[in-house]
Amino acid sequence: MSESQTNPPVKKKTVKWGEAPKLSVLDALYLPAIASGLATAVRHAVSGKPTTRQYPEVEPEIPPNYRGVHRLNRDEAGRVKCVACYMCQTACPANCIEIIAAPAPKDDPHWKDRDKFPATFTIDELRCIYCGMCEEACPVDAIELTSVYDLTGMTREEMVFDKEKLLSVFDQTVKSGRDPVRTNRGKLGPASEVSPTAKDAPPPPGRGKRG
Amino acid sequence: MISSLLEYWPVLWPALAAIAVILAVVPFLGLYMTFIERKVAAYVQDRVGPNRVGPFGLFQAVADGIKIFLKEQLIPDHVYTALYFIAPSFSLITAMFALVVMPFGPVATDYQSGFRFMVAPGIDIGILMMLAISSLSAYGIIVGGWASNNKYSIYGAIRSCAQFISYEIPLGMSILGVVAIAGSLNIERIVASQSGSILDWNMFWQPVAMLVFFTSALAETNRLPFDLPECEQELVGGFHTEYSGIKFVLFFLAEYTHIVTVSFLTALLFMGGWHFPGLPGPSGASATVLLLGLLVLLAKVSLVVMVIILLRWALPRFRFDQLMGLAWKGLIPLALANLVGVAIVLTLGLPKHLLIATAVLPILAAYYSASKFNASLAEGNTLRNGLRTQGAVSYE
Repeated sequence: MSESQTNPPVKKKTVKWGEAPKLSVLDALYLPAIASGLATAVRHAVSGKPTTRQYPEVEPEIPPNYRGVHRLNRDEAGRVKCVACYMCQTACPANCIEIIAAPAPKDDPHWKDRDKFPATFTIDELRCIYCGMCEEACPVDAIELTSVYDLTGMTREEMVFDKEKLLSVFDQTVKSGRDPVRTNRGKLGPASEVSPTAKDAPPPPGRGKRG
Repeated sequence: MISSLLEYWPVLWPALAAIAVILAVVPFLGLYMTFIERKVAAYVQDRVGPNRVGPFGLFQAVADGIKIFLKEQLIPDHVYTALYFIAPSFSLITAMFALVVMPFGPVATDYQSGFRFMVAPGIDIGILMMLAISSLSAYGIIVGGWASNNKYSIYGAIRSCAQFISYEIPLGMSILGVVAIAGSLNIERIVASQSGSILDWNMFWQPVAMLVFFTSALAETNRLPFDLPECEQELVGGFHTEYSGIKFVLFFLAEYTHIVTVSFLTALLFMGGWHFPGLPGPSGASATVLLLGLLVLLAKVSLVVMVIILLRWALPRFRFDQLMGLAWKGLIPLALANLVGVAIVLTLGLPKHLLIATAVLPILAAYYSASKFNASLAEGNTLRNGLRTQGAVSYE
C-alpha cells in the first residue's frame, strides 16, 4: 500500500506481534499433526454416539415457550374465551387476524354473563410471522401460540384458520397434555369479568411488572 | 482367424473374464464408494448418514444411480458440444483403461498355473503403462474445462493441469526406488519380490517412498486435501460447473476409479500385495490359496481406501501456492534423495538393511525442505503484518 493511504495510524499497543512456534524435526514433516487428525477422525467414527435425531420417528422436545400454531382457549363452560376486543388484531404486525364481533346472546343462559363474543375469528397462518404479540396483547388470555410446529396444507384456503379450527387446536393440544394453558391457569381474564367500575377490577395480569 | 482364436482360448478366456469383471464391478464400485464415503463422513462427524433406503441405507447408492440416470440431459448453450460430451467419457475410459495392467488378485509370475486376476498379465512395462494412462485422465478434466466455455471451468482445468504435471514427478520418482529393488517394471514381479516374511514388504524398506507415493497419488486423484480443481469457494464448481446428470457422474466415477487404482497400487507396490505371512505364493497354488490371496489383497486395498476417505476429514485444504510448494519443494527433493539412497545401496551391492539407513537421508532432506517451506509461510505472514503496521489494514 502506498504512503498516501489515509487510514488512521495503528497504535503500537493494539498490534499483537506473534511468532510462529519453532517446529521440531518431526513437526516440520507434519506427520504427527496428520496422525493426530486421523486419530480424531477415527475416534469420532467409532464412538457410536451420533447426535442425529431420527426426526419423523423421534420428535424434538419443543420448549414450552415455543411459538407455533395459534389456538383459541375455552373457558370453564367450554365457550370461546375471546371477548372480541380487537386487541390482538390491532397488535398484529402482519395483519393476519380478522375478527367480527357480535353481542353475546343475553337470553341464552349459556352466554348470560358475557357482553361480546367473536362471531368470526380467522387467522391466516401463512401470513402470520409467529411473533406472539397477539398472545401478549390479549387481555383475557384467549389466544395462545402452541408448540405445534409441523403445520402443513395443500391449499392457501385451508391455511386460513377459522374459529372452529382454532378451538379444535385448543381441544387437541390441551387434551394431549402437550400444551397446558400457560396464561392465568385457564381462568377467564379480568377484562371479561363483570364489574361495575373499572376501579374494582383486578389489574390485568403481568402489566405491573412491565411498567 | 477363428482357429487361431480357438488356439489362444486358454489364454484369452481369463483376460475376457477379467475385462468383464472390471466392466461390471467399476460402476458398481463407484456407486458404493460414494455410499461408503457418505457413511464414513457421517460417522466421523457424529452423524448417522444415509439410513432410509433399505437396511442401513444400503440401497441409497442404487437410488442415487436411478435418480441420476433419469435426470434431464442439460446442455448449456455456450459449450463446445462435441468436446463437452467427449470429456466425461474420456475421463472414465482412461481411468478404467489403467486397470488393464492391474493385478486385482494373486498372479503367478510364471504365468502357468491358476486363474490370472488380471486382464493383461506379463506386461513388462506394467507400472510405466499405468502411470502413462492415468496421467491421460488429466485430459478429461482439461477438455471438460475447455469445452464448458466458462472461465471458472477453465481455471479449474488449468489448476488441474498444473497439479497433474507437478505431482507426476514425485509419483514416478517414488516408484523408481521400488522398481530398482525389484529389478522390474512388471507389477506382478514387484509384488513377487515382496514374498516371504512381513519384513519383505516394501513399506519397511521404502517408508519415505511410500509416503511420497501416497501423497502424490492422492493429488492425482483430485481428492481432498488436493481437490483444488473443483473447489467451490473460488471456482464455483471448477471443471464440472457446467456438467450435470449422467455426465457429471462419469467424472465422479472416474475419480472413484482413480481412488481404487491408487489404493491397489499402494497395496501392491508397498504393502506386499497378496502376500501375507503363512500364505504360500500364487505359483502352483490351490484355488483356496488363490482366494485367500485375493481376500488379503482386497483387505489391504480397503484399508488404504479407508485411510484416503478419513484423510479427507483430518486435513484442511491447501492453498494453491502451498500445493505447488509441497510438490516442488517438498516431495520432489524427498523422492530424489530416496532414489539416490537406493541407487547407492544397490550399485555398491551393500546389504539390504542399509536401505533403512538411507531413509535417514530423505528425512534430513525432508526436514530441510519442510523448514524452508515453513520459512516461506512465515515470510508471508510477516509480509501481512508489515502491511498492517503501515496502516494498510487497520485494527482498532
